[in-house]
Formats: sequence, C-alpha cells, structure tokens
Amino acid sequence: MPRSPEPARSRGSRVLFFGLFFVGILVFWELLKFFGGDPWRYFGWTWRPPLDLWFASDINLPHVWAIVARIFQPLTSGANESLGSYLFWQSLYTWREAFIGFVVGGVLGIAIATAFVHFSLAERAFLPYVVASQTIPIVALAPMIVFFVGHNITAVVIIATYLSFFPVTIAMLRGLRSPDPRALELMRSYAATRRAILFKVRFPASVPYLFTALKITATASVVGAIVGEGPGGIQAGLGRAVLFFSQSYSIAPEKLWAAILFTAVLGVAFYGIIRGLEARILRGRPEAAGA
Amino acid sequence: MRRLRQYLPALVILISMLVGWELAVRVLNVKAFILPAPTSIWAALIANWNDGYFIFPSARVTLIEALGGLAIGTGLGVVTAVVVSRFPRSRDTVLPLAVAVNAVPIIAFAPLANSWFGTLSPFSKMAIAAALVFFPIMINLLRGLTQVDSSALELMRSYAAGPTAVTAKLRVPNALPYFLTGLKIATTLSLIGAVVGEYFGGLTETLGRVVVAGASALRFDITWSAILVVSVMGIVLYLLVMLLERALIPWHPSVRGERRA
Amino acid sequence: MTGPESVVHLSHVNKTFETAGAATVALSDISLDIRRGEFVSLIGPSGCGKSTLLRLIGDLTEPSAGAVQVNGKPATQARLDRDYGMVFQAPVLFDWRTVAENVRLPLELFGQDKDTQASRTAEMLELVDLTDFARYRPYELSGGMQQRVAIARALAFSPLLLLMDEPFGALDEMTRERMNSEVLNIWQQTGITVVFVTHSIPEAVFLSTRVVVMSARPGRITKLVEVDLPQPRGLATRESSRYFNLITEVREALRAGEGPASDAGLSSVERTAAEGGIG
Repeated sequence: MPRSPEPARSRGSRVLFFGLFFVGILVFWELLKFFGGDPWRYFGWTWRPPLDLWFASDINLPHVWAIVARIFQPLTSGANESLGSYLFWQSLYTWREAFIGFVVGGVLGIAIATAFVHFSLAERAFLPYVVASQTIPIVALAPMIVFFVGHNITAVVIIATYLSFFPVTIAMLRGLRSPDPRALELMRSYAATRRAILFKVRFPASVPYLFTALKITATASVVGAIVGEGPGGIQAGLGRAVLFFSQSYSIAPEKLWAAILFTAVLGVAFYGIIRGLEARILRGRPEAAGA
Repeated sequence: MRRLRQYLPALVILISMLVGWELAVRVLNVKAFILPAPTSIWAALIANWNDGYFIFPSARVTLIEALGGLAIGTGLGVVTAVVVSRFPRSRDTVLPLAVAVNAVPIIAFAPLANSWFGTLSPFSKMAIAAALVFFPIMINLLRGLTQVDSSALELMRSYAAGPTAVTAKLRVPNALPYFLTGLKIATTLSLIGAVVGEYFGGLTETLGRVVVAGASALRFDITWSAILVVSVMGIVLYLLVMLLERALIPWHPSVRGERRA
Repeated sequence: MTGPESVVHLSHVNKTFETAGAATVALSDISLDIRRGEFVSLIGPSGCGKSTLLRLIGDLTEPSAGAVQVNGKPATQARLDRDYGMVFQAPVLFDWRTVAENVRLPLELFGQDKDTQASRTAEMLELVDLTDFARYRPYELSGGMQQRVAIARALAFSPLLLLMDEPFGALDEMTRERMNSEVLNIWQQTGITVVFVTHSIPEAVFLSTRVVVMSARPGRITKLVEVDLPQPRGLATRESSRYFNLITEVREALRAGEGPASDAGLSSVERTAAEGGIG
C-alpha cells in the first residue's frame, strides 16, 4: 500500500495519456462502424459490415476522417473561410459571453447563499423560487429576456448567468454551513462579528464546495451562452452555428459533429482553467488531491 | 404551528409575486406573448388538465422521461466517480471526457439523440436528461470520495485497512453530503433535459410538445401553464431530495443545524 | 536487546524531512528500548520530534536511517498485524457513527463476528465509563468525552501497545487530571504498554514509569528519568515531595537539552530577560 498519495504525473505525461486514450476512443468509433455501420466505399473498394448497428450508420456516427476533412473544407460552398476557422472564431465569441455569465453567476450564487445563511427568513421565503427558477427551461424565458434587453450580448450573458448561479448557490449553502458548530461557537466566544466569522471560518470551509460548483458552472455557462445565442437573436457564436447545422443535419451531419467538437473543446478548456486555479488556491491542503 | 412559520415567508412572497404580476400585466397592458396574467394561466391549466392539450397525461410522460434520465445519469455518474476515486490514474483520461460531454449544449445533443434513439421514443429524452445529470453527480461524488480528512486516513492506515475498507467505511459516508448536493442540481436538470428534448420532437403527449403546440397556436397561457407544471414537479423532486438528506445525513452540520449554546 | 520483553526497539533512528529546498533533521540518532508493561512518556520542547518518533513507532512514516522494531518485528509488520492502538491529538471520530459504532470500527475492519463486536464494545465503553452514551453521536459530546471514546476505540482489539499523541492537550486542567487517572487505571487493568507524548511535565511524571526527555531540533534523547513513584497513584502522589523532585529533574533535563545558553542554569527565555532584553 503506498505510503503517501501517488505523486502527480507531470503535465506532459498526463496530456500524453489523455491523447492516447482519445485515439483509443477514435479507434473504437471506427471499429463500431467497421463491424456494424454503413458500407465503406473508398478507392473503388467496398467493405460491407457484417452487422447492422443502427447507431453506427453514417448519419448517426460519421466517419472520424469525414468530420476532420469537413473542418478544413469551406464553410459553405463558395465561402472563403474554412469550417474550422469559422468555428474557431465563433468559439471565442461565445466564450466571451460565457465567461462574463460565469463570473456574474458565481458572484450572484455566493451572494444569495451568504444572504440565505445569515437571514433564514430570506431563505425560507426565496429558496423555493430559486429552485423553481431552474426548472423553467431557458428556452421559454429567452423571449422575455430579449424583450426587455434587446437582441444583444446582454441577453446572452443574462442567460449564461441564469444557468450558472444555481450550482454555486447550492454548493455555497452546503459549504457555508459545513464548519463544525464548535468552530463557530469558538468565534462567538471571541465576540467575533458575523462578518468576521463569515470571512474567517465559513468562506474558507466552503472553498472546496465552491470549486466543485465552479467546475460544473464552467461548462454550464458555455451551454448557456450557446443556448442563448439562438433565441437571443445574436447572429454569431457557436449557438448560431449549432442551430444552422442541426437544421441541415440529414444533409451534412459532419458539420454538427464538428461544431459539437468545438463546443466540447471550449468547455474542456474553460474547465481546465478552473482546475488550474483550484490547484493553486487549494495548494497545500491534502484534501486538494481530489476532484 | 412551527410548520406554518417555516413556510409562511415563501407563501407571502408567492402571493405578492402573483398579485404584482397580475397587476403589472393588466395595468401595463403587457402583450400575451411576453407574459400572460396568472389568472389566465391558471384558467388555461384547469381547462386543459385532462382535456384540450391534456396537460396531466403529458406531465406523467415527461416525468417518467426525466426520472429515467435521472436514474441513468446518476448510475453512470456514480460508477464513474467510484472508479476514478479507486484508480486515481484514470482521472486524466476520464475527467476531460466527462467535461467534454457536459459541454455539449442540449440544442446540439437533442437532434443527435433523436436520430439515434428515435424521435418518438421516450428513451431519446431520457438520454438527453441523463447527459445533463451525469456530470454534476459525478463531480460532486468524486470530490466527496477523495476529499477526506487526512487524520481519518491515517487512522485507517493505523488499522492496516485495505483500500476497499477505506472506501466503504470512510470515503462513502464522507461523500454523501456531496452526492446529495449533486443530486439537488441533477433533479432540476433532468426535467429540463426531458422538456427541452421534447421541443425538438417527441410524443405529442409530453409537456415539451404542449409548450411548442401552445406557442405555435399563439396560446401563451397554455405554454406557461405547461411550464408551471414543470416547475412544480421540479420543486417536488427537490423537496424529496431534502427529505432524503434528513434521512441519510442527519449528522452533517448543514442538516443538523447549529446549536446555539 | 531485542528479546520478547522489548515491545519497542529503536536503533540509531534518523528522520529528515525534505521540504521545498531545505532538509530538516527532525530526529538524530535515536536509540530507545521500551519493555513490556512500561508507561513511557516522551517530552520535549515544540518541534523536538516527539510526535514524529511516535509516528515512526506506528509506521505512519518511515525512518531515514536506522531500524524500528515493534513486538520483535519491523514496524510495518506490526502495523499490519495490528499490534498497537493509537490515540491522536484530535479524537478523529466519525460523525456518521454513534459512539458505540465508532468504538466498533477496528473490530469491523478486522472481521470480528457481531457477537464479539458487541461484547468488546460494551466492555470498552464500561472501561472509559461511557456506557450511557453508546447511542450518542460524537458531536453531542464534550472534548474530554470524545477522547475517551477514542481511547476505547484504540483498546477495542486488545493491542499490546498503546500510542498516545498529546491526547489531552486540548482539555482543561481538571479534566486533564481526571483523564490521567483514567488512563493509569486502564493501564493497570489491562497491563498494556503505553508510549505517551506530552509537553506537560507534571503529566509525564504522574503517568509514567519512565520519562524520555528530548532536546530541541534536531531531536536527541537528553535523559531517561526513572519514575519510581508507588502505584496506584492518586491525589496523594501529586502532593508528595518525590513527585516534585522528579518534576524538577525532568525540567532541568529539558533545559539541558536546549543548548549551550542553558549552561548558566537559566533557560533561554530567563537568560534573555536577565540581559535586559525583553521586558
């Protein structure tokens, strides 16, 4: 049994490991198509897969190289930029909206949770509606938001915020209340103000919970931004791309998959940034060797 | 009596919100397509409960899709978290993948799910809900399993306890509060997944289809009454998780409350 | 000598910690022999490595040099064979288990059957006088009571060695004295060997058959003080002149371990004050 936690792999080897794993997935993908997809027709040679797996057809699971090839092809016939370049710039555009939504949502979540912990009246009054707010599909609220704010980035940011604040609120409610009541009693015995208790005991105790929520929120804000771009009427961003490509899915499924790939990369990159931040802030805490 | 005191503030807020809303709509003459008045939403709900748009049967189907997705997503999330906590080296491969799946927005995933599982099959909506539920469950549980007090780990080491025993007797109870936090987030997401998935196509008798049908007929009172039902279902599920908390983790400071000496 | 009479045998043990950049020598050339049935206290200034020494015995950390033997085996084997029980500074009880369930934990881990578990748990709770609190949760108990649960847990599987790391440091003086009597009581009833880390000189003298005085970092053994106070020890012991003499002996040994400045018979703090330093 190891005596100490396993030493963290170097960044290089971690990336390599993931790269290998990713290649493994691609191989598995193509193997599925090899055994159960649509016929492969290349260079005048045809391979007919023995089985018939409905999810491995070319519509449902385009060939990996078809997706990659499509990325380098022009966006639409006659366009002068490639699909890949288009998606890249749209990703950055979307990320800007997502990031603002992430920050505002995080702050809002912390503020609400802090208010609820200190004023139980407020919690009893408003928590049901905070929860209820998350059950309303954003796609239903979007037209309302656009009506008040207009067809612009603000609407998208509001939507991204909307999807971001709830996990933070829930996590902070747990985290701010997680310190041992004895520690709180100790602070009270020092006649510490509620403010001091908040900053010296509750906040530090909630940091692990907060970071877990932020990792959820990183991707949620990206999703929020993308979802908001549609109804938000913003004629830009990954949202528009996804909407276009899903409409033409049966004609060119590779485009939607390419867009999905970019959204996934965007989400993973954002998540990675949060994870990096967490590693620095929680450095030294032995429990930090966690999620 | 105490119960009443507990729920009174929320009730007060609810009533004032409804009244304010009703007044605002009437006085400011807000167009129906933005926000109908509460009274008209309620009327539409009653009228269409088991008739017209059949909101109640639709709610049942949507709920089943959501719960199915919740179960699948939770199951996958739990398994993944347990595996990654037991084999820390797998983190580097599994986590980025989980994040990537989570980053794909519903509007991209729904057409895929419909194509894969069939638009009319409830399973396609369950898949969408499961995809939304997986990540919050997995990441919260993983943290709970790994974020353990180091003195407690040393204690187990002094007992020469093997990794399985440490997991069962220390990590799992320690992880319950985190897991339930994830579950709270997941219940609302499962409903959203089911409903928004239905926007993109599905059985007629589902709440998402009611919303779409209402909107295309410009009957926004219908639309909002369906959304109201979704909301109520979400709150009920959340309350169920809270009850679960009281049963499973009465010992956690956040559940047992702070003693005021 | 490493015969069966020797429960703990340390031979030229060194421990160095590598922190970012610098290497800290915590323990330097420690050799010590603890016989069956002894009650040995380790005392020394902060940072002298006494807790580290205890952890070495418990195989919670490895020596940089030298050998640690427990019960005639290497420390790791002794840990795997569950030859010792340990009580930490904090009780480290599981909030999700009741008091009885906490005491039962090692028994569950060792695969004892339910009946044995139940009877041993009841015995242990009886021993620490907490039978009425079996169903309570740790957070409902006071600090002293929690430590008693921790002691009950440590003894549940009848180890032959008990390691205690400043277990009463967080308690008030009166509770501490009471706990001291309880530990002595348990020691006499069970015949267990105890290694006890403390920074309280009176506590060390009251409890032990032998006091190991350690020097400041790097930790060395300055002196071994045999405590020949009669058993059983109680209030009368605390008021005897032999007790006070032994305390003085230990205190002087501690000062001696602080370095050349103490040759003048003053501790480093007293010396600075005399030279018109602080206040």
